[in-house]
Amino acid sequence: MITLNHYLVVSGLLFALGIAGIVMRRNALVIFMALEMNLNAANLALVAFSKFNRIVDGQVFVFFVIAIAAAEVAVGLAIIVALYRRKQTVSVDELTTMRL
Amino acid sequence: MNLLATITTELGAWGERPICSVWLTLFAPLVAALVITLFTQRWKWLSATLSIGAIVLGFALSLRLFIALAFHGQQHWPHTIQWLTVGNVRIEFGMTTDALSILMLLVVTGVGSAIHIYSLGYMKGDPGFSRFFACMSLFTFSMLGIVLANNFIQIFIFWELVGVSSYLLIGFWFEKPSAADAGKKAFLVNRIGDFGMMLGVLLLWSHTGTFNFAELPAKLAGIPAGTLTLIGALIFCGAVGKSAQFPLHVWLPDAMEGPTPVSALIHAATMVAAGVYMLCRVSFLILPSETALTLIAWIGGITAIMAATIAIAQNDIKRILAYSTLSQLGYMVMAVGLGGPTQAMFHLTTHAFFKALLFLGAGSVILALHHEQDIWKMGGLWKKTPVTFWTFLIGTLALAGVWPLAGFYSKDEILLMAMHKSTPLFVIGTATASLTAYYMGRECFVVFFGKPRDQHAYEHAHESPWVMTVPLILLAVFSIIAGWKGEVPHFLDPHAEVEHSNLGYALLLVPLAGFLVAAKIYWKPEPSDSPVKAALGKIWTLVENKYYFDELYLWIVKYVQGTIANACELFDRWILQRLGIGGLSVGTGLLGRTVRLLQTGSVSGYAFLVGLGVTVIIYYVVVK
Repeated sequence: MITLNHYLVVSGLLFALGIAGIVMRRNALVIFMALEMNLNAANLALVAFSKFNRIVDGQVFVFFVIAIAAAEVAVGLAIIVALYRRKQTVSVDELTTMRL
Repeated sequence: MNLLATITTELGAWGERPICSVWLTLFAPLVAALVITLFTQRWKWLSATLSIGAIVLGFALSLRLFIALAFHGQQHWPHTIQWLTVGNVRIEFGMTTDALSILMLLVVTGVGSAIHIYSLGYMKGDPGFSRFFACMSLFTFSMLGIVLANNFIQIFIFWELVGVSSYLLIGFWFEKPSAADAGKKAFLVNRIGDFGMMLGVLLLWSHTGTFNFAELPAKLAGIPAGTLTLIGALIFCGAVGKSAQFPLHVWLPDAMEGPTPVSALIHAATMVAAGVYMLCRVSFLILPSETALTLIAWIGGITAIMAATIAIAQNDIKRILAYSTLSQLGYMVMAVGLGGPTQAMFHLTTHAFFKALLFLGAGSVILALHHEQDIWKMGGLWKKTPVTFWTFLIGTLALAGVWPLAGFYSKDEILLMAMHKSTPLFVIGTATASLTAYYMGRECFVVFFGKPRDQHAYEHAHESPWVMTVPLILLAVFSIIAGWKGEVPHFLDPHAEVEHSNLGYALLLVPLAGFLVAAKIYWKPEPSDSPVKAALGKIWTLVENKYYFDELYLWIVKYVQGTIANACELFDRWILQRLGIGGLSVGTGLLGRTVRLLQTGSVSGYAFLVGLGVTVIIYYVVVK
């Protein structure tokens, strides 16, 4: 029997994986993908709650998350492309101009 | 027509009630001062008319009140307006109209009227003519406020108003640095005394809960004797400042920088009289405390003899009079301290007449010689200015206490009282009396007799116009009759026993002796100080320099106040600026530099910190 906890554990693992990716990778594009993974981890948890509590709200919420994530991807990728054009790199280690 | 009739009837009915006269007397000078300041600066004669009108009206109304009180026995029209209520503090604005107030009202408005009219002549052609009259009216208003006040707060407010208006008047010729300084000095020295008075009033209030003179006597019973003495002494501080007693007497001689009518007003009817009047008004506070009385009596005695000795060596016609005022004020304060406020008021009343007379006479001489004030440049003036001379002589004799002039009766009362209560004070008082006669004789002989020492000035000397001589004559008349048979103390206190003793007439010899010595030394064609100088030696230098009080105070200010100022400056620079402000700025800088280390520029580092933070928050929210 698959219970709510199973879903939540998977969701948590996915989220942890996403955070690990963000922290450890250097390529901005990969960091971006890891970020998407975080969002999807959250989506999974929402859908699981929605299913087990028999409330549709969670699933509606997920649609919003997906829609906004799409918009965010558009903006984020545009930023990365712009960065690449300017600096000829997408490695975050080299993008340190904010530092004093 | 109907309306006019109504107004007339209304005004008439209004005037019928004595209390309205009191309010009108008080506020007419204020209205005059305001109107002059705001509207009539340009029309000099209109300004003068307003100012004189206000005080003469006040005099007429006071006279009516006096008649109502003295002959018809109408008395006490208490009138009070509730002014402020803050918590349990009630502050009233009321009018006292007992014999003491009415007498003082008469003196202030009567002598004040003479001085105002005299000013018309003295200040003629001065560019500040209107301003002068506005200030005089303000001064009169303040003084009347003190006289009529029925509680301590009210008296204190008017007390400070007198301080302000004296500042304005002493520094009237403010383009002269010495006059501006004298104004400042008067104001600051007075402030010292006023501060003590304020403390006394507050202490009194904390024990009784009321400021009202009528309610206070009943509530004094519960106050411990020591506290009552302290209250008496603190309130006396106010009088020490205003009435220029030792050790705060230094402002009064410098106040001579003001125009002569101002000197007359300050010295005779207002300001310095305020201190003595206040002591008489609150005598119920002082009389129970033997210590406070002794203090007051001795301060008065010291002032009297000290000022009298200084006066013998001064050369300025007005300064001699200034020191004689100090000395006479010492008498009055001594009388209060000996437990005789009635006698003090008696001397205050007679003194007001002859001192105003002497100052106005001196002003007349000064004007005749085109603003010459050094007595050694005068001489032989009695032929040139006969009215001034004769009135001045009457004033001198009255001040010296020669029978049957006013000064004799009032001074006599005080000396008799001193004889009964304290021998040292009696000796001081008698010595002062003979010194008074001596230095006034010196002034009179040097100024009016002998050969003219400044031939040019003498030839151009002229008698003053009638607006100046008429007040002189009026004041001279009052200087003769004001003391007659002790009517004044009898009016103040119907039960007062006016002593008639032969000793009083024996005391007449004392001023006579002083006068004769003065005549011996100075009644010559070419008088000079040198015989006295030779006889007194070092003492002469000491009194000529006024016992070095000004130098002493200057030294105290320079070193004590200077040291405090330096310490404050060091504290400000090193503690506040370096440690306080500097410490804050350096600390903030260091903190900023430390925090800046967190700004690594590494995105993954930030993300890690954010993740860590969120985890910690979740841990606390969910687990704990």
